[in-house]
Amino acid sequence: MKLIFEKSVPGRHSSILPACDVPEVDLGVKREEPLNLPELCENDVSRHYTQLCQRVHGVNCGFYPLGSCTMKYNPRIDEEMAALPGFTNVHPLAPKASVKGSEAVLELAAKYLCEIAGMDGMTFQPAAGAHGEFTGVLLIKQYHDARGDKARTKIIVPDSAHGTNPATAAMCGYDVVNVASAPNGCVDLEALKAVLGPDTAGLMLTNPNTVGIFDENILEITRLVHEAGGLCYYDGANLNAVMGHVRPGDMGFDCIHMNLHKTFATPHGGGGPGAGAVGCKEFLKGFLPKSVLMEGEGSIQVRGFAGNFLVVVRALTYLMTLGKEGIPEASTNAVLNANYLMQKIKGTFTPAFDRVCMHEFVLDLSEFKKETGVSALDVAKSLIDHGMHPPTMYFPLIVHEALMLEPTETESKETLDEAAEIFRALYAQAYSDPDYMHAAPHHAQIGRPDEVKAARNPIVRWTEA
Amino acid sequence: MNYPKELMYTKDHEWLKEEDGVAVIGISEFAQDALGDVVFVNLPQEGDEVVAGDAFGDVESVKAVSDLLSPVTGTVCAVNEELLDSPELLNSDPYGAWIIKVENVTDKEELMDADAYEAFCAEEG
Repeated sequence: MKLIFEKSVPGRHSSILPACDVPEVDLGVKREEPLNLPELCENDVSRHYTQLCQRVHGVNCGFYPLGSCTMKYNPRIDEEMAALPGFTNVHPLAPKASVKGSEAVLELAAKYLCEIAGMDGMTFQPAAGAHGEFTGVLLIKQYHDARGDKARTKIIVPDSAHGTNPATAAMCGYDVVNVASAPNGCVDLEALKAVLGPDTAGLMLTNPNTVGIFDENILEITRLVHEAGGLCYYDGANLNAVMGHVRPGDMGFDCIHMNLHKTFATPHGGGGPGAGAVGCKEFLKGFLPKSVLMEGEGSIQVRGFAGNFLVVVRALTYLMTLGKEGIPEASTNAVLNANYLMQKIKGTFTPAFDRVCMHEFVLDLSEFKKETGVSALDVAKSLIDHGMHPPTMYFPLIVHEALMLEPTETESKETLDEAAEIFRALYAQAYSDPDYMHAAPHHAQIGRPDEVKAARNPIVRWTEA
Repeated sequence: MNYPKELMYTKDHEWLKEEDGVAVIGISEFAQDALGDVVFVNLPQEGDEVVAGDAFGDVESVKAVSDLLSPVTGTVCAVNEELLDSPELLNSDPYGAWIIKVENVTDKEELMDADAYEAFCAEEG
């Protein structure tokens, strides 16, 4: 498929652009070389983007059980609210008196999200999850610095954590200490005790964890960390499993980030704007970034103004439309769907942890690969032929040949039944015709991109030949 | 799978060879097979201290990033910089593509000989 630049024809134009309503500037004077923008008519542009849509698989196309990513359906009303001109035309430097509505959105969203998280204060500045982690760990750092405690140089991260956790700790200047998981996939308490000490700044934890299991020792874990003088950070990546049922603040966490784009319904996965709202307990509030709501307070700034404001509008719409009853119901169904699908697949592919899961579960294909030669990658690629987005592969690292499935609450029983049938059929096919699966997908527009070449020699910018 | 007899191995799938009091370190064929195609390698610098059991660098494959754990404590005296441009050598020639050389070795991980390591890998699957 040609890039839009390659479809450009000099002089061709369209009437898509609105009339200019600001003073015109002669770019010829300001720029050394002309802007190299593609020149196309409206029809070309329309077809180009439609073709791009047809080559990808989104939540709007079909089942998308990409573990750890919560690819749920996002209600259209959230988009509608975020598109209201009163929100889209607001400027961050507009006089305060003229943006009362937007301020009310931020205040109300903060109030609801604090209630869900069990926190007392919140910032919407962080642009997405990892940025939220960074902000949260900076709260921990400021807290220790403010007390003059310079000995705390280590952040503890379980080996099942998302890769962003150790990266965040390192970015904040901490040494990362890994703690091994117990055989049940949860934090090994003895291993944790062994690494806790006067050099512990804090612990970063996702609960339910990356293998989809709620750590039953969570109160003991946070107590031990506090006893050692450290703080506890909750990675909200898996909040979709527990929202409205249990609050991170009640589990003993001191600060948290929530992926508004994921748990609270903004389309994501394409690198678009997200929001990693960070909440904290009362004693950390003074360390939150300066925000439009807290003028004069705060010592750090992680992003301009109120962050990605329209994502907050979507999140608030989602919260208000689901309400106090709908939010816990969403997570109940997320957990129910995951368990239903796991039980339907069981007997063929093997769950890595054979117990009731939360919102997602991991299949361990290592024995299956030994018997058939068919890898987790082959199964993932074969699923594409059946119109399904593959699950997350080879993650978490503690499970070999892992496939990680998160169906989310917005899928029907019929979709889950169909997915289970596809999995069962592929399991049988691996024994009868493994070569076919090694070569999958057979019906997709793109088969197996050369990932090695893409990683070693990425071409990320178009240049004129 | 190849397990050269003249090498010693760790449970983390690094190999080690001693040459005139210098420890030469790489990753085993089993390791490169499990990693898949290696696309980047992060290496220490000459003069860096390494500690037995601690990470001295990492390898990134299409699947994941994995720490390289040092089998010995000592000082890095040579780094195979060819790997920065050609990380695929770890896949094509794991026993030829050494990663670092360490001198002044003061401590060692528990090491296995080729037979013990082969049995260990068979168990790991």
